[in-house]
Amino acid sequence: MKIAKTLLTAAALAAMLGGSAYAKTLVYCSEASPANFDPAITTGGNDFDASSRTIYSRLVEFKHGSTEIEPGLAESWDVSADGLTYTFHLRKGVKFQTTDYFKPTRDFNADDVLWSFNRQTDPNSPWAKYTETTSYDYYVGMDMPTYVKEWKKVDDYTVQLILNKPNAPMLANLGMDFASIGSAEYAAQLEKAGTLADFGQKPIGTGPFQFVDYQLDSVIRYAANPDYWKGKEKIDDLVFAITPDATTRVQKVLAGECDIAPYPNPADIASLKANADVNLLEQAGLNIGYMSYNTTLPPLDKPEVRQALNMAIDRDALIKSLFQDAGATPAQSLIPPTMWSWKGSDSYGKYDPEAAKKVLAAAGLTSIDLWASDRVRPYNPSFQRAAELIQADWAKVGVTANIITEEWTKYREDGKKKDRTGAFQIGWTGDNGDPDNFFATLFSCSAIGVSNYSSWCDQDFEKAIQDAKTVSDPAERAKLYEKAQDIFAAQAPAFLLAHSQVYTVARKSVSGYLMDPLGIHRFDGVDKAE
Amino acid sequence: MLSFLFRRIAMVVPTLIGITICAFLFVRLLPGDPILALAGQHGVTPERYEQLKIEFGFDKPMWEQYLTYIGKILQGDFGQSIATHRPFMVEFGQLFPATVELSLAAIIFATVIGIPVGILAASRRGRVVDQALMGTALVGYSMPIFWWGLLLIILFSTTLGWTPVSGRIGLQFFFKPITGFMTIDSLLYGNIPAFLSALRYLILPTIVLGTVPLAVLARQTRSAMLEVMGEDYVRTARAKGLAPSRVIGLHALRNALIPVVTTLGLQVGVLLGGAILTETIFAWPGIGKWMVDSIYKRDYVVVQSGLLIIALVVMAVNLLVDILYAVINPRIRVQS
Repeated sequence: MKIAKTLLTAAALAAMLGGSAYAKTLVYCSEASPANFDPAITTGGNDFDASSRTIYSRLVEFKHGSTEIEPGLAESWDVSADGLTYTFHLRKGVKFQTTDYFKPTRDFNADDVLWSFNRQTDPNSPWAKYTETTSYDYYVGMDMPTYVKEWKKVDDYTVQLILNKPNAPMLANLGMDFASIGSAEYAAQLEKAGTLADFGQKPIGTGPFQFVDYQLDSVIRYAANPDYWKGKEKIDDLVFAITPDATTRVQKVLAGECDIAPYPNPADIASLKANADVNLLEQAGLNIGYMSYNTTLPPLDKPEVRQALNMAIDRDALIKSLFQDAGATPAQSLIPPTMWSWKGSDSYGKYDPEAAKKVLAAAGLTSIDLWASDRVRPYNPSFQRAAELIQADWAKVGVTANIITEEWTKYREDGKKKDRTGAFQIGWTGDNGDPDNFFATLFSCSAIGVSNYSSWCDQDFEKAIQDAKTVSDPAERAKLYEKAQDIFAAQAPAFLLAHSQVYTVARKSVSGYLMDPLGIHRFDGVDKAE
Repeated sequence: MLSFLFRRIAMVVPTLIGITICAFLFVRLLPGDPILALAGQHGVTPERYEQLKIEFGFDKPMWEQYLTYIGKILQGDFGQSIATHRPFMVEFGQLFPATVELSLAAIIFATVIGIPVGILAASRRGRVVDQALMGTALVGYSMPIFWWGLLLIILFSTTLGWTPVSGRIGLQFFFKPITGFMTIDSLLYGNIPAFLSALRYLILPTIVLGTVPLAVLARQTRSAMLEVMGEDYVRTARAKGLAPSRVIGLHALRNALIPVVTTLGLQVGVLLGGAILTETIFAWPGIGKWMVDSIYKRDYVVVQSGLLIIALVVMAVNLLVDILYAVINPRIRVQS
């Protein structure tokens, strides 16, 4: 009986998809399986590609291929003079996706906005713990509970966000994945049925594609949302073929089994560039690889000692050896040159072992701990290799580096301890294109013990970045960040390595695909020649 | 026979308890924990870390956590994955058939080729054929799986275009799983093109996963055959004037197969190990890669329950082999 029922369901599905046998299908070979489809409780880029950027929309959106904010589900917005009240005017006539598990009876409105944010902050909401281990890490990680006082519904199509204190990056935060807008009506349906956990498995949004099916660790299927508020997409079906191995992904593109694949191996870059069947798209990543000195432990508490250690490293040779054909932009600031307010300093690439030797000898620094992990990161292809090269450079100036290698989870845990010794290799990939997301997240005083691996708390720097948060005039903000970068260059709490290149391979038949500075893989606006 | 069976099954129980303790402890002995692993690049503040520890129940003493876990297992509740929030059994149920399908295909491939190769080598002992076959088997045995898999993909999939690069079935075929075995499900739906597609996707991973067991089986069969061929009853059979094919097929092979069957049982554990790499290269949605990912994410629930079930499966297969062994060789029953 059960088999007969399954066969019937299958027949129905086959009939449904019958029309799509000749439909335009785009296959994306993704690098990993999504943890689930609720962008508010996941933290990985691959999770967001599969959920927020395909299925959902937000009040504001990042313009395709840039970090600039544009209207999304909010058609327009006003910010009060004191910077404490944001009023959003919502788009009318936006429909939630209709699927076999949810049929919306009303359009998107203010209730959905309130529900989407309140569930992340209200401990009494049934959604606060809708699975055993739900935790809204990104909402907390972006410091939203500190700033958000409340979300207020003015009328069905107007909502207000009231802040405790001004926060200039707030709009950019609202374009991020955790700020995706879900359906309050769907949530109520799940509450009534007692199947809250389905929210992360059977998603409903207002985005360009709607969820069809997920076969664990294998294939995710989407169909173009016929009611999408920007109009139906040109491709009919979108398929994520989950392919964890980078070499296999490239082979699949070459064999025509998938149209687009991210993150090829650096070793494959040269041959892909020469291949006539594919386009190798590249972009400077919105990331930074760096090495944090613990600025609280002598002699690393002295800026000149840190400067000297930096000067003892032949950075150009290091970058060349690490990134090889993939290439990387040597860092002249903590933020990448594509970001507004960037102010570069040549001090980071200065290689002067003789001068360094004198300073280090005077400071009595003869040995230092140098940390490395086993994990490959977008901003550093090999911590271990980098550590060995830096060790060799430091040996030339009379400093013995003891390389400490740890597994990634333990590594980060030990790295952020306030009494951690020496120099710690780490990096960052930007979330929202705002300089605050680099400066405050990585080097503010309050981030010590969390993500400030240098335990560096400089009052002038702190003042500049905190002021920049509260000022809303972009020119004024830029000035404050420029000042912060000058202080950073002079104090050198870290050795800055590079901003790596990020690659995506696409078959020549694909058009309209844009690399995204935030590392998102978006398929709205993409087309494919038959 | 029945008392033998009972004794063997009784031995399984303490082993299982030992495995639950080991699995539970090992994953917790790893540095770091799920909260840190899941936090993403933002990290967590010490205060929030403590709060989450209480919420997840990690603040309780280890023995209490263990007893809760065992209590739940006894009620058939294997818990919910910390990383994906899905019930463990749902994920396991979706992924396990893929691993079994691939492992079965690999075992069949290894047996069908390995045993005849072993027999052929034994019957041509010391000659060129023997040396060539055993030399090839040694190469197969020493083949690094990752390299071998990529080599086959580049040759057969990208260059020649004979087989697909990776996956389980052509993307145009889409049906709700019944058994979870793509080959069987496609037949149940009466979809022959889907069945053929599933077979094509099986070819390369089967070869890659089956290579080492094939080499082991071939070598084992050869040495077992050589041993048996020197026995008195084989000499007698020859002296009777029986045809060589009858001597080998009827008298020698049956006895030579006893150690081969044991080897086959032991290969099941090896296959699960090889499955991790094979599944990664061929994007095969099985439990090997899933377990490794779960270790990285410190997903205690998946790792401890997964280890328990895999151990259970390996033990069940070994029990089956022991029974089979006792059937083939009555002396085992008497001795034990």
